[in-house]
Amino acid sequence: MQERVPVPDSEINRELLSGVETHPKWFFLTVAILALIVATAGGALGWMINQGLGVTGLNRPVMWGFFIANFVFWVGISHAGVMISSILRLSQAEWRRPVTRAAEVLTIFSLMTAALFPLMHAGRPWRIAYWIFPYDFARGIWPNVRSPLVWDPAAIFTYLTGATLFVFIALIPDLAVMRDRSTGVRKQIYGFLSLGFRGTPRQWRLQAIAGILLSALILPVFVSVHSIVSWDFGMAISVASWHTTVMAPYFVIGAVHSGVSAVVTMMALLRWVFKWDNYIRPEHFDGLARLLVVVGTAWFYFFILEFLFGLYSQESSEVTLRNMLLYEWPWNFMFIVFLLTSYFIPIPMWLFRGVRRNILLMFLTSILVNVGMWLERFLIIIPGLMRKQEFTFVWANYRPSVVEILLVVGSFAFVAMMVLLFSKVFPLIPLFDQKEGKVLEATTKIGRRDVPSIVREE
Amino acid sequence: MTTFVPKKSVLGVFPDADKAADAVEGLQSNSFDDKEFEIMSGTPYPEGAFGEKKSSHRLYVFPFIGAAIGFTVAILLTTATQVSYPMVTGGKPILSIPPMAIITYEGTMLGAIIFTVLGIIFESRLPRTKIGLYDERIMEGYVGVLVTAEEDRIPVAQNVLKEAGAESIKEGEPVGV
Repeated sequence: MQERVPVPDSEINRELLSGVETHPKWFFLTVAILALIVATAGGALGWMINQGLGVTGLNRPVMWGFFIANFVFWVGISHAGVMISSILRLSQAEWRRPVTRAAEVLTIFSLMTAALFPLMHAGRPWRIAYWIFPYDFARGIWPNVRSPLVWDPAAIFTYLTGATLFVFIALIPDLAVMRDRSTGVRKQIYGFLSLGFRGTPRQWRLQAIAGILLSALILPVFVSVHSIVSWDFGMAISVASWHTTVMAPYFVIGAVHSGVSAVVTMMALLRWVFKWDNYIRPEHFDGLARLLVVVGTAWFYFFILEFLFGLYSQESSEVTLRNMLLYEWPWNFMFIVFLLTSYFIPIPMWLFRGVRRNILLMFLTSILVNVGMWLERFLIIIPGLMRKQEFTFVWANYRPSVVEILLVVGSFAFVAMMVLLFSKVFPLIPLFDQKEGKVLEATTKIGRRDVPSIVREE
Repeated sequence: MTTFVPKKSVLGVFPDADKAADAVEGLQSNSFDDKEFEIMSGTPYPEGAFGEKKSSHRLYVFPFIGAAIGFTVAILLTTATQVSYPMVTGGKPILSIPPMAIITYEGTMLGAIIFTVLGIIFESRLPRTKIGLYDERIMEGYVGVLVTAEEDRIPVAQNVLKEAGAESIKEGEPVGV
């Protein structure tokens, strides 16, 4: 898997900084359209705060709807960065080089977006402070640390801080490049951010150690975050179908499945938009697809476990829920779409080399996975609450309102807009990583063949 | 009585790593100590590629310090919160260990990550407010060899850099040495 095109350092800088140094019209147009969608969602949020949660489709017994499904979805996407970056760094996978930064950036913005949804869901976002911060000395009201709703912000804050610092540390050498290539105020800003980096052997050595050390530290946090998100459900005793003990690993592996797929989507877009054909190559999609086949199959195994455990218990509530998913319209339709899009269409396709190396097909199948994974979150949360429960005196079906739909659509536009804006200020592919790959590349003669290879220090 | 000789810096800019490595070899053979010269490049070359000595660091201490601080703060926060609002549930102890373990875990990891990042910056000898003698071509693929020594030895350094194939040589005042 070595299809590298030899490019000099100055050319690497020029090509990978094209997003920062050139100002194409499509960029401003796209950002403007996305900003308009975000502003519309912002308006819907303002309306909801003004009018109350009555403008949403939430009603007894379904008090967790689109907002929470979307929260879980975006937390899942945020697992892309650390999965790709940390695991590939720790395993010294060569094909990680163009993928890491974009994946880490996706982590940050999707996590920020995810964190907004519980705030919206609260209806009165400012009151969330009472849940989280032990500050109300006057009234002696303290957060209940026994609640998963306190664990969640603790985990997300740790993950967001760690991911942001991770991106910043890996950005320092590239910021130095940008400092040296810019003038005026931009030079001052990049100079300040690059902290005076000059690329001494000591600084490069610490950069290399930083990548590995921070990866090793963030990996356990990444596992904890989605485990804790799963306990938001697992700890609610009253809702059947949220109790299986596999919830934490099921959520974590599902997050990796959707996150890595989102990275594939983004890599394809970056290749097309910035014309980074020399850097984001079919071999990278091939590598990501192989990884996804393993991750997706592991996720499917946990899905089967989760589904069967409910049936094994023979509890009426669990059986009713499965019946609902399999036989009742529209749940059965959504269930089939979910299975097809998240597993049965993409995974068999990725078994073929031709598909793995076809960027358009990879782009489309990766989107399918995330359609399925969004539905998965929806089908975990809503049917469990829809099932008739004891002491429920009001009964209503859940139908998302326009406000909720706008906010969900707005969240996609927000993440896309933030990634685009990031690309305008910082490179989405690490320049120094590409240069290092170039230094370490070699050709090994084996028999009559010259095999492209990479030198790796022991 | 020792005589104070002012120091000066000289920077040689090389188009490739081999020539920079020759310069380093030349400086070493002309009795320049490893602390008297620095190599600068925009590419992470393998350690020792220029013949420079390996420098030691204490980065591994930082995560442990951070983890200890994070652990302590999280334990204090969760304990104080529960003790301040004692809520007996099912006759169980006020301090509930499993949730405390979760928040303490996050606090510990947060402390470790923050201190690791601080450690990376500190051990990289950053932030550096004045960049000193430098050439912008360094981040474009060139390699810089910066020598900072007593003024009377600077001509020797210049000669070594020139002989090794420096494309340009700059002279200036030392910064932060």
